[in-house]
Amino acid sequence: MTITVVFYVLAAATVAAGLGVVLTTNVMHSALALMGALLGVASLFVLLGADFLGVVQLLVYVGGILVLTLFAVMLTSRVEMRVSNRAVGRLPALVVVAAVLGVMVRAITTTAWAMKEPAAPGPTVYAVGHAFLGTYLLPFEIASLVLLVALIGAVVVSRKEVRG
Amino acid sequence: MGPLGLHHFLVLGAVLFCLGLYCVLTRRNAIGILMGIELILNSANLNYVAFARYNGGEYDGQIFAIFVIMLAAAEAAVGLAIVLGIYQGFETIEVEATDRLRG
Repeated sequence: MTITVVFYVLAAATVAAGLGVVLTTNVMHSALALMGALLGVASLFVLLGADFLGVVQLLVYVGGILVLTLFAVMLTSRVEMRVSNRAVGRLPALVVVAAVLGVMVRAITTTAWAMKEPAAPGPTVYAVGHAFLGTYLLPFEIASLVLLVALIGAVVVSRKEVRG
Repeated sequence: MGPLGLHHFLVLGAVLFCLGLYCVLTRRNAIGILMGIELILNSANLNYVAFARYNGGEYDGQIFAIFVIMLAAAEAAVGLAIVLGIYQGFETIEVEATDRLRG
Protein backbone atom coordinates (compact mmCIF):
# COMPACT_ATOMS: atom_id res chain seq x y z
CA MET A 1 0.00 0.00 0.00
CA THR A 2 2.94 2.29 0.65
CA ILE A 3 4.03 2.02 -2.97
CA THR A 4 0.58 3.21 -4.10
CA VAL A 5 0.94 6.31 -1.94
CA VAL A 6 4.42 6.90 -3.37
CA PHE A 7 2.99 6.57 -6.88
CA TYR A 8 0.25 9.12 -6.23
CA VAL A 9 2.72 11.60 -4.74
CA LEU A 10 5.12 11.24 -7.70
CA ALA A 11 2.27 11.38 -10.22
CA ALA A 12 0.85 14.53 -8.64
CA ALA A 13 4.29 16.18 -8.69
CA THR A 14 4.85 15.19 -12.33
CA VAL A 15 1.45 16.45 -13.49
CA ALA A 16 1.88 19.68 -11.53
CA ALA A 17 5.24 20.28 -13.21
CA GLY A 18 3.68 19.43 -16.58
CA LEU A 19 0.95 22.00 -15.93
CA GLY A 20 3.72 24.48 -15.13
CA VAL A 21 5.32 23.77 -18.51
CA VAL A 22 2.04 24.36 -20.30
CA LEU A 23 0.58 27.31 -18.42
CA THR A 24 3.47 29.68 -17.66
CA THR A 25 3.99 32.47 -20.18
CA ASN A 26 7.72 32.86 -19.55
CA VAL A 27 9.70 30.32 -21.58
CA MET A 28 12.45 30.28 -18.98
CA HIS A 29 10.00 29.24 -16.23
CA SER A 30 8.56 26.71 -18.65
CA ALA A 31 11.97 25.11 -19.11
CA LEU A 32 12.52 24.94 -15.35
CA ALA A 33 9.10 23.33 -14.88
CA LEU A 34 10.06 20.84 -17.60
CA MET A 35 12.98 19.84 -15.39
CA GLY A 36 10.50 18.97 -12.64
CA ALA A 37 8.43 16.88 -15.03
CA LEU A 38 11.51 15.01 -16.31
CA LEU A 39 12.67 14.32 -12.74
CA GLY A 40 9.19 13.04 -11.90
CA VAL A 41 9.22 10.66 -14.88
CA ALA A 42 12.72 9.47 -13.90
CA SER A 43 11.51 8.66 -10.39
CA LEU A 44 8.52 6.82 -11.85
CA PHE A 45 10.95 4.75 -13.94
CA VAL A 46 12.74 3.79 -10.72
CA LEU A 47 9.38 2.97 -9.14
CA LEU A 48 8.72 0.64 -12.09
CA GLY A 49 11.98 -1.19 -11.42
CA ALA A 50 13.91 0.34 -14.34
CA ASP A 51 16.89 1.71 -12.44
CA PHE A 52 19.22 2.01 -15.45
CA LEU A 53 16.56 3.83 -17.46
CA GLY A 54 16.01 6.27 -14.59
CA VAL A 55 19.70 7.14 -14.55
CA VAL A 56 19.73 7.50 -18.36
CA GLN A 57 16.73 9.81 -18.12
CA LEU A 58 18.60 11.93 -15.57
CA LEU A 59 21.83 12.06 -17.57
CA VAL A 60 20.47 12.55 -21.08
CA TYR A 61 17.28 14.52 -20.46
CA VAL A 62 18.03 16.64 -17.41
CA GLY A 63 21.78 16.87 -17.98
CA GLY A 64 21.76 17.17 -21.76
CA ILE A 65 18.54 18.10 -23.52
CA LEU A 66 17.33 20.50 -20.83
CA VAL A 67 20.64 22.37 -20.67
CA LEU A 68 20.56 22.63 -24.48
CA THR A 69 17.03 24.01 -24.28
CA LEU A 70 18.06 26.57 -21.66
CA PHE A 71 20.93 27.67 -23.90
CA ALA A 72 18.54 28.12 -26.81
CA VAL A 73 16.11 30.09 -24.62
CA MET A 74 18.86 32.46 -23.51
CA LEU A 75 20.34 32.83 -27.00
CA THR A 76 17.01 33.67 -28.63
CA SER A 77 15.66 36.16 -26.09
CA ARG A 78 18.22 38.90 -26.50
CA VAL A 79 15.65 41.67 -26.77
CA GLU A 80 13.33 40.82 -23.90
CA MET A 81 13.34 37.96 -21.46
CA ARG A 82 9.59 37.50 -21.46
CA VAL A 83 8.63 35.98 -24.78
CA SER A 84 4.89 36.27 -25.04
CA ASN A 85 2.99 33.22 -26.10
CA ARG A 86 -0.58 34.37 -26.46
CA ALA A 87 -2.64 31.31 -27.12
CA VAL A 88 -3.63 31.08 -30.75
CA GLY A 89 -6.82 29.23 -29.97
CA ARG A 90 -6.91 28.27 -26.33
CA LEU A 91 -10.52 27.12 -26.32
CA PRO A 92 -10.38 24.94 -29.47
CA ALA A 93 -7.14 23.39 -28.23
CA LEU A 94 -8.76 22.67 -24.86
CA VAL A 95 -11.72 20.99 -26.56
CA VAL A 96 -9.44 18.82 -28.72
CA VAL A 97 -7.26 17.85 -25.76
CA ALA A 98 -10.25 17.05 -23.54
CA ALA A 99 -11.73 14.84 -26.27
CA VAL A 100 -8.42 13.00 -26.76
CA LEU A 101 -8.02 12.51 -23.00
CA GLY A 102 -11.58 11.22 -22.67
CA VAL A 103 -11.13 8.67 -25.47
CA MET A 104 -7.76 7.49 -24.10
CA VAL A 105 -8.94 7.12 -20.49
CA ARG A 106 -12.05 5.26 -21.65
CA ALA A 107 -9.92 2.94 -23.80
CA ILE A 108 -7.52 2.31 -20.91
CA THR A 109 -10.22 1.57 -18.35
CA THR A 110 -12.42 -0.61 -20.57
CA THR A 111 -9.67 -2.77 -22.09
CA ALA A 112 -8.85 -6.03 -20.31
CA TRP A 113 -5.06 -5.84 -20.34
CA ALA A 114 -3.15 -9.13 -20.23
CA MET A 115 -1.35 -8.44 -16.99
CA LYS A 116 1.11 -10.71 -15.24
CA GLU A 117 2.19 -10.25 -11.66
CA PRO A 118 5.37 -8.14 -11.80
CA ALA A 119 8.51 -9.83 -10.59
CA ALA A 120 10.46 -8.37 -7.71
CA PRO A 121 12.58 -5.49 -9.02
CA GLY A 122 16.24 -6.29 -9.42
CA PRO A 123 19.25 -4.73 -11.12
CA THR A 124 18.59 -4.28 -14.86
CA VAL A 125 21.98 -3.11 -16.13
CA TYR A 126 23.23 -6.59 -17.01
CA ALA A 127 20.12 -7.59 -18.94
CA VAL A 128 19.86 -4.25 -20.78
CA GLY A 129 23.53 -4.31 -21.81
CA HIS A 130 23.21 -7.92 -22.92
CA ALA A 131 20.18 -7.10 -25.04
CA PHE A 132 21.96 -4.13 -26.64
CA LEU A 133 24.93 -6.24 -27.70
CA GLY A 134 22.80 -9.23 -28.66
CA THR A 135 19.25 -8.95 -29.95
CA TYR A 136 19.40 -5.21 -30.60
CA LEU A 137 22.95 -4.96 -31.94
CA LEU A 138 22.00 -3.51 -35.35
CA PRO A 139 19.66 -0.79 -33.99
CA PHE A 140 22.32 0.01 -31.40
CA GLU A 141 24.96 0.61 -34.09
CA ILE A 142 22.53 2.57 -36.28
CA ALA A 143 21.68 4.71 -33.24
CA SER A 144 25.29 5.83 -32.93
CA LEU A 145 25.27 6.72 -36.64
CA VAL A 146 22.04 8.70 -36.19
CA LEU A 147 23.59 10.64 -33.31
CA LEU A 148 26.68 11.45 -35.40
CA VAL A 149 24.55 12.65 -38.32
CA ALA A 150 22.38 14.76 -35.98
CA LEU A 151 25.47 16.31 -34.42
CA ILE A 152 26.98 17.25 -37.80
CA GLY A 153 23.59 18.46 -39.02
CA ALA A 154 23.14 20.68 -35.97
CA VAL A 155 26.56 22.24 -36.48
CA VAL A 156 25.92 22.86 -40.19
CA VAL A 157 22.43 24.31 -39.66
CA SER A 158 23.28 26.65 -36.80
CA ARG A 159 26.58 28.12 -38.03
CA LYS A 160 26.54 31.64 -39.41
CA GLU A 161 26.19 31.87 -43.16
CA VAL A 162 29.28 33.35 -44.81
CA ARG A 163 28.69 34.83 -48.25
CA GLY A 164 31.30 35.33 -50.94
CA MET B 1 -7.16 3.20 -3.35
CA GLY B 2 -6.56 -0.30 -4.72
CA PRO B 3 -3.24 -1.96 -5.45
CA LEU B 4 -0.98 -0.32 -7.97
CA GLY B 5 -1.74 -1.60 -11.47
CA LEU B 6 -1.04 -1.00 -15.13
CA HIS B 7 -4.01 1.38 -15.41
CA HIS B 8 -2.47 3.91 -13.06
CA PHE B 9 0.60 4.35 -15.22
CA LEU B 10 -1.37 4.35 -18.48
CA VAL B 11 -3.73 7.07 -17.24
CA LEU B 12 -0.77 9.14 -16.04
CA GLY B 13 0.84 8.68 -19.47
CA ALA B 14 -2.38 9.83 -21.13
CA VAL B 15 -2.51 12.94 -18.93
CA LEU B 16 1.12 13.79 -19.72
CA PHE B 17 0.46 13.24 -23.43
CA CYS B 18 -2.51 15.61 -23.34
CA LEU B 19 -0.48 18.27 -21.53
CA GLY B 20 2.18 18.00 -24.25
CA LEU B 21 -0.45 18.11 -26.98
CA TYR B 22 -2.00 21.25 -25.47
CA CYS B 23 1.47 22.81 -25.29
CA VAL B 24 2.15 22.05 -28.96
CA LEU B 25 -1.26 23.37 -30.04
CA THR B 26 -1.24 26.67 -28.14
CA ARG B 27 2.39 27.80 -28.07
CA ARG B 28 3.70 30.24 -30.63
CA ASN B 29 7.27 30.10 -29.36
CA ALA B 30 9.19 27.41 -31.25
CA ILE B 31 11.12 26.33 -28.15
CA GLY B 32 7.82 25.98 -26.26
CA ILE B 33 6.58 23.64 -28.98
CA LEU B 34 9.76 21.55 -28.66
CA MET B 35 9.17 21.30 -24.90
CA GLY B 36 5.65 20.02 -25.56
CA ILE B 37 7.14 17.34 -27.82
CA GLU B 38 9.49 16.32 -25.00
CA LEU B 39 6.47 15.85 -22.72
CA ILE B 40 4.77 13.66 -25.34
CA LEU B 41 7.90 11.50 -25.75
CA ASN B 42 8.13 11.09 -21.98
CA SER B 43 4.54 9.91 -21.76
CA ALA B 44 5.25 7.31 -24.46
CA ASN B 45 8.32 6.16 -22.54
CA LEU B 46 6.25 5.80 -19.37
CA ASN B 47 3.84 3.52 -21.25
CA TYR B 48 6.71 1.43 -22.63
CA VAL B 49 8.23 0.86 -19.20
CA ALA B 50 4.86 0.20 -17.55
CA PHE B 51 3.99 -2.44 -20.16
CA ALA B 52 7.44 -3.99 -19.73
CA ARG B 53 6.97 -4.16 -15.96
CA TYR B 54 3.49 -5.68 -16.01
CA ASN B 55 4.26 -8.18 -18.76
CA GLY B 56 6.52 -10.56 -16.91
CA GLY B 57 9.56 -8.34 -16.52
CA GLU B 58 10.75 -8.39 -20.13
CA TYR B 59 13.39 -5.78 -20.94
CA ASP B 60 12.25 -4.95 -24.49
CA GLY B 61 10.14 -2.02 -23.32
CA GLN B 62 13.09 -0.48 -21.49
CA ILE B 63 15.31 -0.92 -24.58
CA PHE B 64 12.70 0.87 -26.69
CA ALA B 65 12.52 3.66 -24.13
CA ILE B 66 16.29 4.10 -24.34
CA PHE B 67 16.05 4.34 -28.13
CA VAL B 68 13.30 6.95 -27.76
CA ILE B 69 15.50 8.97 -25.39
CA MET B 70 18.35 8.74 -27.90
CA LEU B 71 16.13 9.97 -30.74
CA ALA B 72 14.81 12.75 -28.49
CA ALA B 73 18.38 13.91 -27.95
CA ALA B 74 19.02 13.95 -31.71
CA GLU B 75 15.69 15.74 -32.29
CA ALA B 76 16.48 18.36 -29.65
CA ALA B 77 19.94 19.05 -31.11
CA VAL B 78 18.68 19.46 -34.67
CA GLY B 79 15.47 21.26 -33.65
CA LEU B 80 17.24 23.82 -31.49
CA ALA B 81 19.87 24.36 -34.20
CA ILE B 82 17.05 25.12 -36.65
CA VAL B 83 15.49 27.47 -34.08
CA LEU B 84 18.81 29.32 -33.76
CA GLY B 85 19.08 29.50 -37.57
CA ILE B 86 15.57 30.92 -37.78
CA TYR B 87 16.42 33.47 -35.10
CA GLN B 88 19.45 34.64 -37.10
CA GLY B 89 17.28 35.20 -40.16
CA PHE B 90 14.07 36.55 -38.64
CA GLU B 91 15.13 38.02 -35.26
CA THR B 92 12.20 36.11 -33.73
CA ILE B 93 11.15 32.52 -33.11
CA GLU B 94 7.40 33.04 -33.13
CA VAL B 95 6.18 30.36 -35.51
CA GLU B 96 3.50 32.63 -37.02
CA ALA B 97 6.03 35.26 -38.06
CA THR B 98 8.35 32.81 -39.80
CA ASP B 99 6.35 32.05 -42.92
CA ARG B 100 9.00 32.51 -45.59
CA LEU B 101 11.37 29.77 -46.69
CA ARG B 102 13.98 32.24 -47.89
CA GLY B 103 14.80 34.82 -45.26
